[in-house]
Amino acid sequence: MFSMLKTLWLVFKHAFHKRVTIQYPEEKAYLAPRYRGRIVLTRDPDGGERCVACYLCAVVCPVDCIALDSAEDRHGRRYPSTFRINFSRCIYCGFCEEACPTYAIQLVPDVEMAEYNRQDMVYEKEHLLINGQGKYHGYNYYKVAGLAIGGKAKGEAENETPPVDPKSLF
Amino acid sequence: MNPTIQTLLLIQGVLVGLLTLAGLLVWVERRLLALWQDRLGPNRCGPGGILIFVADGIKMFTKEDWIPPGSDKPVFVMAPAIIVVTALIAFTIIPLAPGVSILDLNIGILFFLALSSMGIYSTVLGGWASNNKYSLLGGLRMSAQMFSYEVFMGLSLMGVVILSGSLNLHDIVKAQSGMWFVVPQFLGFLIFLFAGLAETHRLPFDMPEAESELIAGYHTEYSSMKFGMFFVGEYVGVTLISAIIVTLFFGGWQGPLLPPVVWFFLKTMCFILFFILLRAAIPRPRFDQLLAWGWKFVLPVALLNLIATGAIALARGN
Repeated sequence: MFSMLKTLWLVFKHAFHKRVTIQYPEEKAYLAPRYRGRIVLTRDPDGGERCVACYLCAVVCPVDCIALDSAEDRHGRRYPSTFRINFSRCIYCGFCEEACPTYAIQLVPDVEMAEYNRQDMVYEKEHLLINGQGKYHGYNYYKVAGLAIGGKAKGEAENETPPVDPKSLF
Repeated sequence: MNPTIQTLLLIQGVLVGLLTLAGLLVWVERRLLALWQDRLGPNRCGPGGILIFVADGIKMFTKEDWIPPGSDKPVFVMAPAIIVVTALIAFTIIPLAPGVSILDLNIGILFFLALSSMGIYSTVLGGWASNNKYSLLGGLRMSAQMFSYEVFMGLSLMGVVILSGSLNLHDIVKAQSGMWFVVPQFLGFLIFLFAGLAETHRLPFDMPEAESELIAGYHTEYSSMKFGMFFVGEYVGVTLISAIIVTLFFGGWQGPLLPPVVWFFLKTMCFILFFILLRAAIPRPRFDQLLAWGWKFVLPVALLNLIATGAIALARGN
C-alpha cells in the first residue's frame, strides 16, 4: 500500500521534470556528422566527379536501388553517364559508401526526404551530385591511383616513383 | 420561470456539459499522461491541442461501422448505448448546487447504485455479442469483477447513510456542513474509491480491456462511433464516480467564497485528475489478485467499517 502511494508521488513529481519531446518542424533533432541519411555524389578538390562508374555500389546494394551507366571522356576517365537512386527503396544501410573505392558516394545527415509523389523519390544524377567534397576532404582518386589517363602518365601520381624499366637492369 | 422549462433547461445543460466534458477529458487525459511521462502530448490542434477531441470525433464518425458476421446483432448494437445512457441517467440525482438537481430522489444512493450496476451490462453484453473469444473473456472478467466489487461498493456507502441519516444526496451534502464525511468515513472513502475504479474499469482495474492480454477485451470487435460510445461512456462514468465521491465524502457543492457550482466542478475535476494519475502510476494487477484482494481484504474491512460506524452512532444515540 505504501509503495503505491510512493509511486503516485514519484509519478506526480515527473510533472516538473524537463520534457524529452523535440517539437520536430520547429526544433530539429541533432544528427551526428556521420549519420546515414540522404545519399550524395561528391566531387574531388579540383571539382571533377569522383565517381568512376565501377558499379560496386550497385552490386553491394541489398535492395537494388542504385542504377548507373558508365562512360569515358576524351582523357580516358570513366564517369557515370546516368546515376539513379530510388530512395523509396533505399534502406540507408551505407553499404554503397563502404564499397566505394573513390569516396564518391556518401551518406549525409539529412532525413527530410518526404514527397507527395512516389516518382519524386527517384533521384537522378543532377539531384545527387553536389559541388563539395562531402566528409572526405582533399582526396582525389586520380591523383593517388597509378593509372595512366589523359593529362597524367604512369608514375606521376602522389607518393609514386616513376616506373622502373626492368630491361635497363640487364 | 415555469418549473418544467427550468428542469428542461437543466437537463439540456447537464447533457451538453457532460458530453463536452467527456470529449475534453480525452484531451485532458492525453496531456496529463504526457505530463507525467516527461512528454508533451497532443499540442498542435487548437490552443494547447484542445481541439484534438474534435479531430478524434471526426475520425470516429468517418470510420467504417462494422458489425461482425456471427455476432448477436441487436445486442451488439445496444451494448454501447447502455453504458452511456445509464451513466447519464445516474447524473440526474447529483446535486450541482443547493437545491439544484434534475431529480430530487429520496433514495438517491440506491438509484445511483442500481444504475451503475446496469452500466456493467454494457461490457458484459458487448463481450458476449461480439462472438469473439477475447471479447468474451473481457465480458467474463467484467462480470466477475462486478460481483466482487458491487458487494462492498454498497457497503462502503452505508457508513455515510448512517452518519447523515438519509439516502437523499441533498440531505447528505447538507449534513456535511460541519465536517466532510471523508474524516469520519476515511475507510469508507478508500473502499468506495477502489470499487469506483473497478466499476468504471479504469486502470489499474481495467481487466476487461487489458490490451496486453485481451487485445481490447470487450470492445475488440467494435469500430467507429460504437467504439466511441464506449469511450464516452467510460469518461462519463469517471465523471460520475468522481461527482459521487465529492457529493458523499467531500461536501459536494459546499465551500467558501466561490459559487457552489464552481466548488462542485473543481472538486470533481480534482478526482478526475486523480483517476488519471492512478492510470499513469499504478500497473495492472493479475486478475486473481484483484478478486482475492476484493473478497479477502476489502470486503471484511468494509463490513468492519460498517459495524464500527453503526456501533458509534448507536452509542452516541443519534
